[in-house]
Amino acid sequence: MSKYPNLPSTDASALTRKDFATDQDVRWCPGCGDYSILAQVQRTLPELGIPREDYVFISGIGCSSRFPYYMDTYGMHSIHGRAPAVASGVKALRPELNVWVITGDGDALSIGGNHLMHALRRNIGLKIILFNNRIYGLTKGQYSPTSEQGKTTKSTPMGSIDYPFNPVGVALGAEATFVARAVDVDARHLQSMIQRMAAHEGTALLEVYQNCNIFNDGAYAYLSDRRTKVEHELKLEHGKPLRFGPKNEKGIMLDRSMRPIVVEVEDVGEDALLVHDETNPTLSYLLSQLLHPDFPTPVGVFRCVERPSYERMMSAQVDEAKRRKPGAKVQQAIEAAHIWTVE
Amino acid sequence: MSKASDAVETVETVAIRFAGDSGDGMQLTGTQFTQTSALAGNDLATFPDFPAEIRAPAGSLAGVSGFQLNFSSREVFTHGDAPDVLVAMNPAALRVNLPDLKPGGILIANTQAFSDKNLERAGYSENPLEDGSLSAYKVYPVDITTMTLNAIADVGLNQRAAVRSKNFFALGLVYWLFNRDLAHTERWIEAKFRAKTPEVADANLHALRAGYNYGETAELFDHSYMVRKASIPAGRYRNITGNEALGLGMLAAAELSGLELFLGSYPITPASDILHFLSKQKHLGVKTFQAEDEIAAVAAAVGAAFAGGLALTTTSGPGIALKGEAMGLAMMLELPLIVVNVQRGGPSTGLPTKTEQSDLLQALFGRNGECPMPVVAAMSPGDCFETAIEAVRIAVRHMVPVVLLSDGYLANGAEPWRVPEMSALEPIPVEFHTQVEGFQPYNRDENLARPWAVPGTPGLEHRVGGLEKQDGTGNVSYDPANHEHMIHVRQAKVDKVADFIPPTQVFGAQEGDVLVLGWGGTYGALHAGVSKLVDEGAAVGQVHLRHLNPFPKDLGDIMRRFRKVLVPELNLGQLAMLLRARYLIDVVSHTKVQGKPFKESEIVQAVRALLEGTR
Repeated sequence: MSKYPNLPSTDASALTRKDFATDQDVRWCPGCGDYSILAQVQRTLPELGIPREDYVFISGIGCSSRFPYYMDTYGMHSIHGRAPAVASGVKALRPELNVWVITGDGDALSIGGNHLMHALRRNIGLKIILFNNRIYGLTKGQYSPTSEQGKTTKSTPMGSIDYPFNPVGVALGAEATFVARAVDVDARHLQSMIQRMAAHEGTALLEVYQNCNIFNDGAYAYLSDRRTKVEHELKLEHGKPLRFGPKNEKGIMLDRSMRPIVVEVEDVGEDALLVHDETNPTLSYLLSQLLHPDFPTPVGVFRCVERPSYERMMSAQVDEAKRRKPGAKVQQAIEAAHIWTVE
Repeated sequence: MSKASDAVETVETVAIRFAGDSGDGMQLTGTQFTQTSALAGNDLATFPDFPAEIRAPAGSLAGVSGFQLNFSSREVFTHGDAPDVLVAMNPAALRVNLPDLKPGGILIANTQAFSDKNLERAGYSENPLEDGSLSAYKVYPVDITTMTLNAIADVGLNQRAAVRSKNFFALGLVYWLFNRDLAHTERWIEAKFRAKTPEVADANLHALRAGYNYGETAELFDHSYMVRKASIPAGRYRNITGNEALGLGMLAAAELSGLELFLGSYPITPASDILHFLSKQKHLGVKTFQAEDEIAAVAAAVGAAFAGGLALTTTSGPGIALKGEAMGLAMMLELPLIVVNVQRGGPSTGLPTKTEQSDLLQALFGRNGECPMPVVAAMSPGDCFETAIEAVRIAVRHMVPVVLLSDGYLANGAEPWRVPEMSALEPIPVEFHTQVEGFQPYNRDENLARPWAVPGTPGLEHRVGGLEKQDGTGNVSYDPANHEHMIHVRQAKVDKVADFIPPTQVFGAQEGDVLVLGWGGTYGALHAGVSKLVDEGAAVGQVHLRHLNPFPKDLGDIMRRFRKVLVPELNLGQLAMLLRARYLIDVVSHTKVQGKPFKESEIVQAVRALLEGTR
């Protein structure tokens, strides 16, 4: 009885980056990290083999949330913090659609913290890209829930006294089945992360370290600057030992108190290092706690496990209910009570 | 003297109230009596009245739960002003409910519960059953608890479980008093308990029959009563609450439109039963989403509307307060969405289980910016069905969110409802847009509705959002003239709904002295009051509004045909304010804000005061 237009899909194999760009002027500040993220999404989608009309991009409010206006797909610029909830309605009703959520650190973790947490918990098939620039940009420079303690901003002239959120840790705590991190300027890695999240069933959260060159410039310079990146970036690869450094000479292992420590591989041997396992929740959380500057910053997939998605189980319940009562009509529901006749 | 049960007095209308602790099963007892009376052919109306606490301390005034039923051989419109019969299971129930009992009314009290401790909890220093303070009533002290325990002693339940059957003893006794057949309740007990807990089935059956037999043999009452069949329109009937009817109405609208029904909801009294009901209808293709909060519930519904679903969110006043921003978004997106507010006593948490009509202005104006929305209200439990269908018709015809107002009285109150035939209902035409050529998301048809182009449709990819947009293209626009144009377009779109409202029905006098103008769940009381006055020959008319925004086009003319317009409302005069502002007619506001419905007598009195010029 589905009423949705049943027209032939367009040819997904012929899609190019240009097919995903709209005629709207992109209005982010020149030099903003958002440009790179938009470009990597537009580059990656044509490779996924999904017809353009099946994509839906939903955003909240904030600089990053202008994103849907620049994607020639179905899209909605919704209200502050609520994008995961709006997107959940789209996905629950129409599981066949490919639903993406674009959000920022204020949108996702402050005003919308509740919705993010519950979307992750439900494992509903949303692909959430969280642009984390650790500042409120659109409202012109207040501290955000990921701003470092002590940060001086317009609303914290004596420095922020809030302890910041760690988005990956929050997501893991909310039982997310896919959590990853990337850096805005690392185009190829970002593309590979977008591909990984697209392939995941259930909720996928990608935190992107994104530079706001106006209000928080250089927040991630240690990772985006080629000269320092090699010192500070730990690329996570499933099944591989945790190594980093200019010559891959350093590694992460646990000491006798189960605390992570940075070691010289030469000193301990590669077998002593932790080996990344995307399915091990303890390890995923431990990695989320490796914080700059004491530790290298992990990028890549922290966690990826299979678990049936909300929309699949919801549809299965509807199908099962229909199987038990085939051909059910509303008239029967109206009459599903004690009926008496008045002559 | 003849045997007590031989004498039967025929009466026209009886209101009976069962009252006890919230754990005493009074709602169940009332529901059973209701169903049996419906089967006997009476017209009836019910009113459950229960505390917000699930189990307030036993015997406390706060924990009293009541269920009132008005049944008659005539047409009835309300649950009855004052009960003729009160069944009080404990002193607290007596204390709370006695002020309502008619002078000379029947009081059946469970003497076992009138212990010193319970009397003290209810604030009695003396036992009212013994101190002569109840001489204005026909008092029947019955040791319901002990007789129940004796009757079911051989079933083998422990004392604690056995005591719970006492409501069936009370029910049996009242069945005898009104010459009711036990068969319906016996069947219900069998179906409910036999398979899982056969001993509870036996206990309840024994208690029910013991209560009935006690009435038959005890010579307690000098006679019993008979309420004959009412002459109600022929047809097939069922009993229905407002919440059920609302859920069924949405299901019907989904079938009539071919849309998939999606409910985003968060539990809240007194709206949760709609969520419960629709959650059980998955075989009809309904998807229900219990969201993390009220905002997510409406936001998910907005998403479902964008995706092409029949989107519904259900809540009560506090939930609407939270949903305001997302409702504004739906208005900007120009998507169909049904927002149900089952009103309760406010403000803030207010009176969760009590009824009120104080969210009318919130429904019309409770959002930032110029954000008009059509508003409809249901007037009886069964009418929630048709109001839901009407809300959907408006929403999809004009591509606009619609607020549907119900209230706690309608939600939980029940009435016999003539079963509608789906085949007799008008289909709800909906076509998703598929034409690529010339497509713009904010093109408009003759009703100013924009095309509904849903994701998955090739070539119609487009973006919508809460920012102001250029008419036609839907592109973000900060142009001052365009903004003003869009504000007017959205208002005109809502105003256009009035073109489709049928002529207003006036009951009673078509012109004359007083027009009683109401809306929502007060219909029964207003209609009963006006009927009485009309029967007496007064030039009084009644209009009950379903459409509160926009108003019917003929409303101003109708009001001007009467010398005075009385607007009774369960708030401080919100409709009256709107009418004065819109029509410059000095309507007379009559208000009550006690968490309780109007009584017929209150309406009669208010109209008489106008007729006699004393107000």
